[in-house]
Amino acid sequence: MASNVVLSEVEYNVVGKRPVRPDGVDKVTGRAQYGADLHLTGLLHARVLRSPYAHARINSIDTSAAEAHPGVRAVVTARDLPFASLTKEELGGDYQRLKFASDNFLASGKALYKGHAVAAVAADTVHAAEAALALIKVDYEELQPVMDVQEAMKAGAPLLHGDLLHTTYMGNASDDPSNIAAYLKFEKGDIEQGFAAADVVVEREFETASVHQGYIEPHNATAFWNPDGQLTIWCSTQGSFVVRNNTADVLRHPVSRIKVVPMEIGGGFGGKVTFYLEPVAAVLSRITGRPVKLLMSRTEVFEGSGPAPGTWMKAKIGATRDGKITAAHVTLAFEAGAFPGSPVMAGATCGLAAFDLENGAIEGYDVVVNKPKTAAYRAPGSPQAAFAIESVIDELCQKLDMDPIEFRLRNASKEGTRKVEGPVFQKVGLVECLEAARNHEHYQAPLEGPNRGRGLAAGFWMNRGFHSSCNITVNPDGTVSLIEGSVDIGGTRASIAQQAAETLGIPYEDVKPTVVDTDSVGYTMVTGGSRTTFATGWAAIKAAEDVKQQMVERAAQIWDTDPENVEYQDAVISHLSDPELRMTFKELARQIYPTGGAITGTASLDPAGEGNSFSVHIADVEVDPDTGKTTVLRYTAIQDAGKAVHPSYVEGQMQGGVVQGIGWALNEEYFFNDRGHMANSSFLDYRMPTSLDLPMIDTVIVEVANPGHPYGVRGVGEVPIVPPLAAVASAVSRAIGVRMDKLPVNPGAILEARWANGH
Amino acid sequence: MPGLVHVSTTINGNQVDFLCEPRQSLLECLRDVVGMTGSKEGCNDGNCGACTVVLDGRIVTSCLVLGVEAQGKEITTIEGVASPEGLHPVQQAFLENAALQCGICTPGFIVASKALLDREPDADEARIRHWLAGNLCRCTGYDKIIRAVLDAEERMKA
Repeated sequence: MASNVVLSEVEYNVVGKRPVRPDGVDKVTGRAQYGADLHLTGLLHARVLRSPYAHARINSIDTSAAEAHPGVRAVVTARDLPFASLTKEELGGDYQRLKFASDNFLASGKALYKGHAVAAVAADTVHAAEAALALIKVDYEELQPVMDVQEAMKAGAPLLHGDLLHTTYMGNASDDPSNIAAYLKFEKGDIEQGFAAADVVVEREFETASVHQGYIEPHNATAFWNPDGQLTIWCSTQGSFVVRNNTADVLRHPVSRIKVVPMEIGGGFGGKVTFYLEPVAAVLSRITGRPVKLLMSRTEVFEGSGPAPGTWMKAKIGATRDGKITAAHVTLAFEAGAFPGSPVMAGATCGLAAFDLENGAIEGYDVVVNKPKTAAYRAPGSPQAAFAIESVIDELCQKLDMDPIEFRLRNASKEGTRKVEGPVFQKVGLVECLEAARNHEHYQAPLEGPNRGRGLAAGFWMNRGFHSSCNITVNPDGTVSLIEGSVDIGGTRASIAQQAAETLGIPYEDVKPTVVDTDSVGYTMVTGGSRTTFATGWAAIKAAEDVKQQMVERAAQIWDTDPENVEYQDAVISHLSDPELRMTFKELARQIYPTGGAITGTASLDPAGEGNSFSVHIADVEVDPDTGKTTVLRYTAIQDAGKAVHPSYVEGQMQGGVVQGIGWALNEEYFFNDRGHMANSSFLDYRMPTSLDLPMIDTVIVEVANPGHPYGVRGVGEVPIVPPLAAVASAVSRAIGVRMDKLPVNPGAILEARWANGH
Repeated sequence: MPGLVHVSTTINGNQVDFLCEPRQSLLECLRDVVGMTGSKEGCNDGNCGACTVVLDGRIVTSCLVLGVEAQGKEITTIEGVASPEGLHPVQQAFLENAALQCGICTPGFIVASKALLDREPDADEARIRHWLAGNLCRCTGYDKIIRAVLDAEERMKA
């Protein structure tokens, strides 16, 4: 019954196959080098002192006793970072952003969340560094924290940034300081008129808790500041060039003098687009003249790195009796954490994307609170918005007694639909996903039995393009070396090599991909935004086309003819007018050194044309009426992947996203006490799904080719986390007969909901 | 250096001697003292399973064992799973079933899965899910891991 299906339109030779990944053997034998595995000669070990208060003024820091501790080589605080001493008058333009960035590496003036880094120690051993942390005397003045997004928005709430932060709207800043960093609003049509035309209107408020990406590998960085000013950083990051550029900004050190070496990365899900340790390790290395390694503990990961935002949301949607939406009005208030920059904009552009609306409005607030600065987490902002909107849609379907797929098909976005914020969809696969869901054996099979419910939800992510670079060099044995700057977080060495092999017409095994440091390849943006297989894949295609052209020119030279007389077809190079003259790729490769030297194809691009992704999920659950425990009985994820370059890895992205979403829906939350301290900062108490909590996750890959990519590739990594929150919460709501509007829907919440409704 | 304890143990069939502080965990000794970094630290409190090793026939999270407890014991780590002849069937099954994404949890899963199949060659899906519940994977949703272990059973019988 469990199954993985691929609905293909076009077949290729290598793209669409399921080869073993090039880094696979290293990763199943324990040989792969992750950041924490690096051990340099003369290495020092560092630890970070973190604020014990959620909100406190730092009056002074005395590091003298720590510096005198045996084995300690250096202690740093914010005074060692160039931005900490700048005043408001000196901050203008980009400086405010950089000051905020600097202050998240090491707090200056105020600690803004429990776990905020305050100082760091480098010592001969990690134990000596830890012992020295306890000797640093910080004079804190504890302040009232504000932990709730709605409280933080109220006039009179404690201000995190004093008069430094004013609400911006359409580029203009408000007069009064506020915790609301930004307000945004998109509108289309006339929502008042739309609601007046509705037969049914559902309006609800929703809340979701802060959750963590939960990557198993904690953040890590090793830095060595050579006396000549060359800084090398080895770290776990989704974007080596982001680390290079932002470290240069924050330390006021030339970008050309920083080399970032991306180590293997043990998960990120967006959370390792941001970084925390690298500049601190760098400054410790500059002071000591030795390489410094800085690792986070798991508790530090929870308390000191960026979770996904907690939210408060309101959604109001009206529809006619025959299931046509007449208007939608959505308000999103997202916690940014201690510094501005929640993904509320992405939430606003994704939330209503599945619906072809005549009248719609969506408003968003970016709000600072005394929690860790939020970071990206897989389709950042979209899962929360979808939870609110898709839950209201589900309730509308109940009120209209209409099938949830039929309702969505009657309102589905398709090519030509104009979104509320303006852009018009190109070819997208929502209708195809909904139809695949309706035809699926899971959906066809009725769900029977007491305390059971089926939830359905759709999700959207726009996917990204951005810069990527790639070099392909022909080896004399006819294989090629592929050099890329995209960190491989889940199989992209394979998916990029497949596209190069397809373009060159050579076997996948003849492409050897290597991820290199920032000095060794052109600028490449993060592995994130579901962009890597799309954009770096395209760079590989373009570099392969360059190789083909050079191979044609080389053959022309050997045959003493014009390149126009030479053709490259399926890795065979032929003279167009002399059938005797032909060479395979391998035969020509053997001749390139003596006939003119190496052939390297290069490409650097910033492709437009990223194809948007839709997904539709079906969740069956059973709720234990006595304990409130929810069991996921069956789950099917349907997704438009464009062309699935490596279907197994696409399925893996879908299944992994689903399970993170199930955890978000049912269990996971940052639990804060009344002083703003996270009370569950371990994997024991922050409970992520285990193998025992889950069924197999069925998948259907729907291939609606993206017209904006040579092989039709869309991104795949992010959209699978969008529908589960709503799908699972709606399934629970239908199982217990009460609409669940707060996440997580844990046993306590379910029992309280049942009791409140007289069960 | 005073205060260091001499530990004599067997790792992957080889006798290994090392010096450690009494407070150092076996994981820390393996990674930082002996230089075997295949076992990973994800939590350092026994909840993620990335540091799983076999200690005298039992799987343990090596972050919850002291280095000095390894005295006279036999330890198998991820580095000891493959042989000179090639990968173990569990490793091959993980590769071919796409059972890893980032790979950081993989050493722990492979050590734990092999330990299960060594004693229960016919473990069914429910048993595998129960056995592996102490190993967290955040990338895969476990589906392909479970399939890989079931596939490894077939390979080990062949």
